[in-house]
Amino acid sequence: MPDSLAGLLQVGVLILALGLAWRPLGDYIARVFTSERHLAVERLTYRLIGVDPDGDQRWPVYARAVIAFSVVGVVLLFVLQRVQAHLPFSLGLDNVPTALAFNTAASFVTNTNWQAYSGESTMGYVVQAAGLAVQNFVSAAVGLSVAVALIRGFTRSRTDRLGNFWVDLVRGVVRVLLPLSVVAAIVLIACGAVQNLSDNTVVTTLLGHHQTITGGPVASQEAIKQLGTNGGGFYNANAAHPFENPGPFSDLFSVFLLLLLPVALTRTFGRLVGDVRQGVAVLATMTLLWGVLVVAVTALELHAGTLEGTETRFGIPSSALYAVSTTGTSTGSVNSFHSSYGGVSGGLLILNMGLGEVAPGGVGSGLYGILVLAIVAVFVAGLMVGRTPEYLRKKITGREMKLVSLNILTMPLVVLVGTGIAMSFSAPRSSMLNDGPHGLSEVLYAFMSATNNNGSAFAGLSADTTFYNLALGIAMLLGRFVPIVLTLALAGSLARQQPVPESAGTLPTRGPLFVVMLAGVTVIVAALTFFPVLALGPFAEGLR
Amino acid sequence: MGQYGPAVRVMVLFTVLLGIAYPLAITGVGQVAFHDRANGSRVEKSGTVVGSSLIGQSFAGSKRYFWGRPSAGGYDPLATGASNLALDSSGLRKQVAQRRAQAAKADGVAPSRVAADALYASGSGVDPQISPAYAEQQVRRVAAARGLSAATVRRLVAEHTQGRELGFLGEPRVNVLALNLALDASH
Repeated sequence: MPDSLAGLLQVGVLILALGLAWRPLGDYIARVFTSERHLAVERLTYRLIGVDPDGDQRWPVYARAVIAFSVVGVVLLFVLQRVQAHLPFSLGLDNVPTALAFNTAASFVTNTNWQAYSGESTMGYVVQAAGLAVQNFVSAAVGLSVAVALIRGFTRSRTDRLGNFWVDLVRGVVRVLLPLSVVAAIVLIACGAVQNLSDNTVVTTLLGHHQTITGGPVASQEAIKQLGTNGGGFYNANAAHPFENPGPFSDLFSVFLLLLLPVALTRTFGRLVGDVRQGVAVLATMTLLWGVLVVAVTALELHAGTLEGTETRFGIPSSALYAVSTTGTSTGSVNSFHSSYGGVSGGLLILNMGLGEVAPGGVGSGLYGILVLAIVAVFVAGLMVGRTPEYLRKKITGREMKLVSLNILTMPLVVLVGTGIAMSFSAPRSSMLNDGPHGLSEVLYAFMSATNNNGSAFAGLSADTTFYNLALGIAMLLGRFVPIVLTLALAGSLARQQPVPESAGTLPTRGPLFVVMLAGVTVIVAALTFFPVLALGPFAEGLR
Repeated sequence: MGQYGPAVRVMVLFTVLLGIAYPLAITGVGQVAFHDRANGSRVEKSGTVVGSSLIGQSFAGSKRYFWGRPSAGGYDPLATGASNLALDSSGLRKQVAQRRAQAAKADGVAPSRVAADALYASGSGVDPQISPAYAEQQVRRVAAARGLSAATVRRLVAEHTQGRELGFLGEPRVNVLALNLALDASH
């Protein structure tokens, strides 16, 4: 079978599998977040943590709960790393240094999973499983909660209540992420991913060298790493490592997992707003952006035909598919190393993150990200015809537009200022592995990845320095929580409104016209912001 | 401050459920149902574990064995990862030229015909496999070093060549350690 046909078939099977899961999973998640009933285990949890599950919160309280939960997460993860040497199953590894521990704590709590460390030589099993992997679950559940709260802003009227964060969080974990992870982890073990608590074993190879066979609870972490669009590898090589991603089937399964929830949430959205076609329009936009990039990067890489940083079992089509899917979902796990892609392909991967992680974006964050852009799209359309814009029967007034504008400006501001600062000093510049335009791309990629909570890297950059650990740690926190608070404020503002009836002047937001508008706005916002720096870095490299 | 109490308590609960109970339960299932795979698919030679079928080993320099791909970390599972060199960097160009000359000389082929995966380092640094083209390139060298006919070695390569999974997933490939073990076992 020719390479290109096999590659196409693989994409076809992936789309088919996602299509089959879309409806049942999306409907199930909609029921999870609207059901009046609490499971027994959930009621017990609410009693233990001391919250009233039926007490809905106003948006500032909801936001404070998100922040409090995340602050506690950062502190706990920081402390776990700092006392690693005293924990069991630590493989004799030392405490993680302060700046790196801060960076890693910020990274996993913000669903970024940027890794300035190498897993196999830095983190013991307890920090990995009881620290990092726990954040893989709960940071995804936070994203899910915020997305659901924003949907409630559209569906509720004349109220200041957005739901209860603790209930959304617990349901997201107990009813969605945990059951799916159990299934995914077992499938991954069946494919060959390791899952043990054994110490490293030293063997003598055929040529008489010593080689250390590593172990660890890998599959359990791998499952939620993909499903929660986290991306932090157990090992440094991430999903290129055969113990994380043993073969072509586990590879396609991993791509399926990382796309699954962001895709299914468009169905959930459609269900909750009472018009499935609204969700289809959002999904179509995401698919359009993802599809164009998959075709472009695959074609460019097949044309170049170089294999640096790719695995034999995956080859170029599977690597390109993975690269576009992981940069488009804020996952950031990799099965090949993006730094050795051609200049233009590398630039497209950076741009994919620069779209704001909406094609289809992270768990929850992709949906609330694209809904914010949808408001920009109806606003632009409203300006064209001179009407007050509305979306999902809510008026988009000056207050909503201010919140939306601040929301979409935060990420580019942090990325460009951060990159600018790093390029202005010699110490951060000396972290570059490659010189010329590719060096700039490494720094740009780092800030783009951190601020968009992606986590992948042009990994030649030596990022484990005090400057990058602090700067990227701060970029991750700003890139995650400023948009979250602004999104919740937007939800609060929308929920207070009385819905307006649709009229002849309402822009229909469920047809191809809107899909083109939304995709156009998404690309134009990113392209205008990032074109200059992309031209100086990756595109200059590609055209040289 | 009212939210910090629930935050601390729910984080403790989640750490127990997701950080301890979940990985232990999965480990239990893995150890019972997929014991070999969960422990790293180890391979033995005369009763001694010599490696993992999923982790490549360094064979470069030995005439009697098939070689794996270049590795940025010297096939050390404690230092996995890629070179991260830019495609047009002088560093990578130099490495590729060196590998091309070395492989052409070792395998007795024209430099322009050296397989791509002999030139470019893998992503993991422990890639267990090579392309059938790179295996074919090495057949005559290994056959000569072992005093075997090329046809015999080629038959072993064919036996250890895996096609695409389900006919369209991934790439055709040859597991280098398994092939080398089979060579040792047959002679």
